[in-house]
Amino acid sequence: MLPPEPHLGPSYASEFAAALIDPRRETPAVVAGPNGKVAIKRYNVYRNNVTSSLIDALATIYPAVQRITGVDFFRAMARFHIRATPPTSPLLFEYGRDFPAFIAQYGYAQSMPWLADTARLERAWLDAYHAEDAAPLSGETLAAVAPERLVDLVFIAHPATRIVRSPFSVVTIFAANRSGEEVGRIDASSPEDALITRPDLDVVVRHLPPGGAVFLTDLIARRSLGEAAASALDASPTFDIASSIAGMIEAGAFTAATLEKQDGH
Amino acid sequence: MNAVIKPAPAAAIAPRFPALPIGGLAGTSFKHEHLAAIRAEGGDRGFFEVHAENYMGAGGSPHRALETVRRDYPLSLHGVCLSIGGEQPLDKAHLARFQNLVDRYEPALVSEHLAWSTHETTYFNDLLPLPYTEATLLRVCDHIHQVQEAIRRPMLLENPSTYVAFRESTMSETDFIRAVARRTGCGLLLDVNNVFVSATNHGFSALDYLSDFPLAGVGEIHLAGHAEQSDDEGAPLLIDSHDGPVADAVWKLFEIVIARCGPVPTLVEWDSNIPDWPILKAEAAAAQAILDRCRSLEEGHHAAA
Repeated sequence: MLPPEPHLGPSYASEFAAALIDPRRETPAVVAGPNGKVAIKRYNVYRNNVTSSLIDALATIYPAVQRITGVDFFRAMARFHIRATPPTSPLLFEYGRDFPAFIAQYGYAQSMPWLADTARLERAWLDAYHAEDAAPLSGETLAAVAPERLVDLVFIAHPATRIVRSPFSVVTIFAANRSGEEVGRIDASSPEDALITRPDLDVVVRHLPPGGAVFLTDLIARRSLGEAAASALDASPTFDIASSIAGMIEAGAFTAATLEKQDGH
Repeated sequence: MNAVIKPAPAAAIAPRFPALPIGGLAGTSFKHEHLAAIRAEGGDRGFFEVHAENYMGAGGSPHRALETVRRDYPLSLHGVCLSIGGEQPLDKAHLARFQNLVDRYEPALVSEHLAWSTHETTYFNDLLPLPYTEATLLRVCDHIHQVQEAIRRPMLLENPSTYVAFRESTMSETDFIRAVARRTGCGLLLDVNNVFVSATNHGFSALDYLSDFPLAGVGEIHLAGHAEQSDDEGAPLLIDSHDGPVADAVWKLFEIVIARCGPVPTLVEWDSNIPDWPILKAEAAAAQAILDRCRSLEEGHHAAA
């Protein structure tokens, strides 16, 4: 936290800011209408601008969550979150990182246990949308590696690549509520893992097969292909390495692969 | 003589975009949903303005869209979060991001607000007012010096729309702005809608404000729509909402300003309830007609002289 610059006397900003997101506080005494008249409604314009624009910002980041809960529920929930955790960065697309955790413990949302993971997926989507541009790794690069060295390959994740794991049908829920179409009944109870990538401009969300999330999480953490495949098989005996490699290349999840780590041995 | 933003001193880096002149043009806010329509018509006169903070992500669609537009049109880069009127030092990381955008997109105009939006650790996402005193004048000037040093060119400072006044203010807004411009060498962005909104809200005459305003320093004009509410005593309280067409009274003030300071680049802002492109474009065309009429009068005057 930066202190006010010293030579400047009393703090108009502290006085003005204190009541902006705290409805229990009165209109600051430092402000007035014309000729010194009261400024309650006038000051409330700022209160309203601040809170409603931040709610709008969360609604823009979390459209599927808003569609599931309905607008009134969402705006009430968002208002609580804004009061508890206002933004600390002027970049609004960075706001709301704590919102999924807030939703997870929000009393009125307990009947929708999949809601927080849906929010996590939406947050990952936006991070992928703004991530640095990078050309994805091509299948030809991989084909050029000698088959016996494949297990030693270490991959570099694309800046947009994210994994979201959930005990709920979060990919199905996300896709249905982000489409323009009417949402039918969804069985939320089957676990789904998501791979989020953005090989060029469009963000793509894929439903990963069993073991896929463990495999990719290991690769993103720069474990070798052999190690990642072993832990994926441990986690899920039906894990299919060939189709997982083909899938991650097609998705553009990585930008490069290297054998350097092993070359020193 | 209007403030002219000079290009950065011939730096080592070659320009990435054409140096398109912006003088005498009317423009609009750039909204991504309009990109296809803008590209389809291609190459009309005009310019676009963007909020700098929307392009501070690392990559992806926002930058691709802005590059596309910047290749064909002059650009105005409008910061909304530097918190120049704030009480604490400028956020150095944010200023560096702003500077990077200026370097990357080579905008014809760069502007920010006489307002603040961050205090202590909280970002309020609104343009908040400040008292006009010797102390705040010193600090605003100091902040503008830092911005201009970072971007290596003068910036334009925008007059605010406000709903309250501060009891501690000791000078008028126009005196304050004149002093800032004189001390820092910055140019001014005159938001005519803000003048109308503030005049109504505080009960002063918009024409008097414009007579006091240092028009010679104006390098850009903003026009926008506003909404009407009322204050605690039922007096009209105008809200700077940017969600509709420019009001008739604001067009009148705009014509008066243009007659006095010439065909200054003029932007129609429209940031919520965004209409289809033809409607926004028609607002800009109305501004362009006024600018063009002024220019032909000026030319006629010079020819006669």
